[in-house]
Amino acid sequence: MKGNEAIAEAAIRAGAHSYFCYPITPQTEVAEYMSKRMPEAGGVFLQAESEVAVGNMLFGAASTGKRVFTSSSSPGISLMQEAISYMAGAQLPCVILNVMRGGPGLGGILPAQSDYLQATKGGGHGDYRVLVVAPSSVQEAVDLTMLCFHLADKYRNPVMIIADGMIGQMMEPVEFPEKYEEPPLPPKDWAATGAKGRDPLIVKSLYLDPYSLEDNSVILHRKYQQMIKEEPRFELYKVKPGNRILIVSYGTMARICQTVIDELEAEGISVGLFRPITVFPYPEEALRKEALKKNIESILTVEMSMGQMLEDVQRVIARAKPIRFFGRTGGIVPTPDEVKDQIKNMIRSESAGKKRRKKG
Amino acid sequence: MAAQETTIFSRPVALRETVTHYCPGCTHGVIHRLVAEALDDLGLRQRTVGVAPVGCSVLAYNYFNCDFLEAPHGRAPALATGYKRSRPEMIVFTYQGDGDLASIGMSEIVHAANRGEKFTTIFVNNAIYGMTGGQMAPTTLSGQVTTTCPAGRDVAQTGYPIRVSELLSALVTPNYIERVAVHTPPHIIRAKRAIRKAFEYQVAGRCFSMVEVVSTCPTNWGMTPTDATKWLEDSMLKFYPLGCYSTPDREVD
Repeated sequence: MKGNEAIAEAAIRAGAHSYFCYPITPQTEVAEYMSKRMPEAGGVFLQAESEVAVGNMLFGAASTGKRVFTSSSSPGISLMQEAISYMAGAQLPCVILNVMRGGPGLGGILPAQSDYLQATKGGGHGDYRVLVVAPSSVQEAVDLTMLCFHLADKYRNPVMIIADGMIGQMMEPVEFPEKYEEPPLPPKDWAATGAKGRDPLIVKSLYLDPYSLEDNSVILHRKYQQMIKEEPRFELYKVKPGNRILIVSYGTMARICQTVIDELEAEGISVGLFRPITVFPYPEEALRKEALKKNIESILTVEMSMGQMLEDVQRVIARAKPIRFFGRTGGIVPTPDEVKDQIKNMIRSESAGKKRRKKG
Repeated sequence: MAAQETTIFSRPVALRETVTHYCPGCTHGVIHRLVAEALDDLGLRQRTVGVAPVGCSVLAYNYFNCDFLEAPHGRAPALATGYKRSRPEMIVFTYQGDGDLASIGMSEIVHAANRGEKFTTIFVNNAIYGMTGGQMAPTTLSGQVTTTCPAGRDVAQTGYPIRVSELLSALVTPNYIERVAVHTPPHIIRAKRAIRKAFEYQVAGRCFSMVEVVSTCPTNWGMTPTDATKWLEDSMLKFYPLGCYSTPDREVD
């Protein structure tokens, strides 16, 4: 199945009831797939007049307590930031897929990872976070999409899947679970379903009294602390005691790094990969543990950007180990050879450094 | 014989007992009441969700005795669309001012009306931004003084005021559009009839419905409530003629 369509199907199977969209490359297949499948599944498909409207339709639909979903790409996601901020403030769950393309501005339509900071550090205004996952294969995109609907409800917060055009366009075999099962969730007593047998319920992010607004921000903050405690996910690839270099990379880029690692292994060079699956919450403790191991001499962060996740890696490892960065951007995907050259250069310069230190 | 007591006037069930935050002479209170009376009359309160705007009526949810969503500025029609599509069995209305609906939210209202979304919009037009203290709105009359057009609105620079009812009734998609006022008892009776009809069209699943209420803002117009009523009659109603602009059967009465 094509990545974009597999994600769309996963959303339906996880119980997405309403899907709103606006066409934008490279994810329009999600919208096209949903336009056929949502009516079959008894759900809502609606093409809106803009991504600003899409975001706000999500707000309205999420207020009903039903599961809501949208997909877009970088410039469209920028337009949704208004509603994402309001939904975070009003504690509404929703799932948003960003099939990232190169920016800033209209940028290009080719794969990129340059919306990392927007996704993980806010994006819209106010004291809030979005839970963000980054799949590196079509199967993982399916599994994570389904999980995202659960996490959105669990935390009553927007959840974002950041993929890129590679994942979206890639054809891979996928398996869907026979039956979608998830841990029990509390009843949605926050949903506006009509003031029948109860007092009116208000879904809002407005608190004119500063003490109430601070209280709301504290409630949100506690949820983010719980996410940081319970939700970090990551994967290690060929992490061995003899490795001197640890690559940190996510999504499509991590996949290319796996090829790099396999090829270097054949040349007798052993390198491991740390791949964050959640990027907010960032798997800090796990990365620190791997990076601070005695055998690791340096870290290489590889991204399809000018260095955005790099800031999280620097924050986690601080000055404990040298951190190097390699990235291409604008829609250019680094080739395995480019990454291999980086690693070989690191090995050369570090052994040269060691020799110098010995002489001194 | 003991005198028989008959209640002839009481607060609608769809309104809560709340001390008003609106200025003296403001017509929001009357319009809130008319909406609440329509919900009571049609027995809709328990299955109604209102969508509040940004502006003076941002706190509308403090007055209505039904569920409410508080929208970003201008986006109430998008929220209402998302809500109503997901729960078509519910009754949904937006309550919006002229800055909210005719400026920042123009795209959302036009497209919601054009899709024929089955919700009701109460559009309160007082030709000014009230909550931020009296700035020029798209509906501000030519020559009208506001804090951002202190010499009076110059239509050569800012264009003419937008007539929203005329604009939306020009859409091909069937809708119900009526412009009313609430500055005299006979006008209030006609406004009540229009608001009720707007909800009836929604209940029947017929069409998008909007009632534009030409309103006063004595505070930001810099007038006494009495003078504001006179200015509404003399200036506002000349530019914004009252009447039914569109019905789903296209029989304008």
